[in-house]
Amino acid sequence: MSQPTAVLFDALGPRALRRVRLFTVLAAVLAVAVVAVAVARLAQRGQFDAELWAPLFDPTTDEFPLVWERLGRGLLWTLAIAGTAMAASVVVGVLIAVARLSLGRVGRLPLVAVVELLRGLPVVVTILYVSIALPEVGLDLSDNWYLAVGLTLYNCVIISEIVRAGVVAVPRGQVEAGRAVGLTDRQVMNGIQLPQAFRSMLPSVISQLVVILKDTALGAIVLVGVSELARQGRQLRNALDNPLQMFLVIAVIYIVVNLVLGKSAERLERRLSRSRGSAAEEVVDEEEGVRA
Amino acid sequence: MEPVIDNLDLYVSGFLRSLGIALWGAVGALLLGTLLATFRVSPVPVLRRFGAAYVGTIRNTPLTIVLFFFAFAIPPAFGLPDADYYVLGTAGLVVYTAAFVCESIRSGVNAVPSGQAEAARALGMGFRQNLTLVVLPQAMRTVVPPTGNVIIAMIKNSAVVGAIGVGGDLFSVYNRLTSAFGYPRLPIITGTAIGYLVMTITAGVVLVLLERRLAVAR
Repeated sequence: MSQPTAVLFDALGPRALRRVRLFTVLAAVLAVAVVAVAVARLAQRGQFDAELWAPLFDPTTDEFPLVWERLGRGLLWTLAIAGTAMAASVVVGVLIAVARLSLGRVGRLPLVAVVELLRGLPVVVTILYVSIALPEVGLDLSDNWYLAVGLTLYNCVIISEIVRAGVVAVPRGQVEAGRAVGLTDRQVMNGIQLPQAFRSMLPSVISQLVVILKDTALGAIVLVGVSELARQGRQLRNALDNPLQMFLVIAVIYIVVNLVLGKSAERLERRLSRSRGSAAEEVVDEEEGVRA
Repeated sequence: MEPVIDNLDLYVSGFLRSLGIALWGAVGALLLGTLLATFRVSPVPVLRRFGAAYVGTIRNTPLTIVLFFFAFAIPPAFGLPDADYYVLGTAGLVVYTAAFVCESIRSGVNAVPSGQAEAARALGMGFRQNLTLVVLPQAMRTVVPPTGNVIIAMIKNSAVVGAIGVGGDLFSVYNRLTSAFGYPRLPIITGTAIGYLVMTITAGVVLVLLERRLAVAR
């Protein structure tokens, strides 16, 4: 267990150890009881019948290849939609952040209003709104596109806030140094502020990317024509009439994909922070050298 | 906006129903989240592991799937055909949000200077006294901003509960007015969106005021 919480209690003595054992047994008994009741109830309702599980796990059934073909296609669509929304959100988010930081107090007012509006709306409403509003202005796209656009609208605003916070957090001396060597505002932003901001905001941006991937599933609720995983699962459930089994499998797929995404993001982050950690230290050393 | 104004009474009752989901969800998520956070810092390894597994599982599952479980899988599988989706959906929202509340409270507990807990231990306090008398009261203040943001996100997520199909809420107002009454969709969804904006913006203002009041001078 981590250090900070270990401080809450001493190394356990004999009495505390007995109590911990008692709690362990109680928790185990309670857990077993809950699971047993649930399993008994499910068994009584025939939820363990082979016909409900076979289409998902028995390769000899006729449904098996069809079901997994649909699920695979759904997963690919989920990744494609999430990837599109991620890329677009980062690009648009950076543009919004830069615009907000460079415009004057009055000039950025409309931008701030739009940002606050999009931030306050539930994503699911934004997605539905996009699918209704875009055709009205003559943009007839597929539901998959509406989903990607809706997710982008919400997340670019969140990412712009992260970027803005990162830029503001860059030490003032950096900007002043840039101006002192004769760089224009734009050069200072692109060459000095943004690169440093990207480092500090990487963790927040990455966790937002996981959020985008999870939110693609919202399309399954408000858009009939999306092809992503949750929608496929919903349609398969209608055909096979095995909601518990189907959504269990779908949930596991999402969890695995998110864990893989999170883990690889972590690794990327560590690699970047290692190489840049040394660079940052060098900078600090140089500064101190100058001061000394 | 005329269709919205014509049906303002429907919108108001829908708003109140949606607000109910959000309020019950917030109460439930705060309670369950605090309990889970206690598990995660407790001396009992089984409870710690349970807390970690719960958070790890729920945080990586889309809310949509959690709610699909509560809406479509649990009633038939456990033989509850008459279960009210208002209750089921809110329960799903609580189960989902509690994982995030747990994490924000745990980070608050970790933010309390370790000298505090050590001092409490030096005075002979046990885990429970230490947590309830010394650490949690201090953690609660630093926990307000992140937990408040979790709750605001939950208010937005309550729209997903509505979208799946609670009767009488802001989303069902949209469904009813567009499909049964044949109103154009754009103004009607705008009305629903405004309803949610009122909720989230108010919650945001309340959170800022609360933060200002509870700000810790360190």
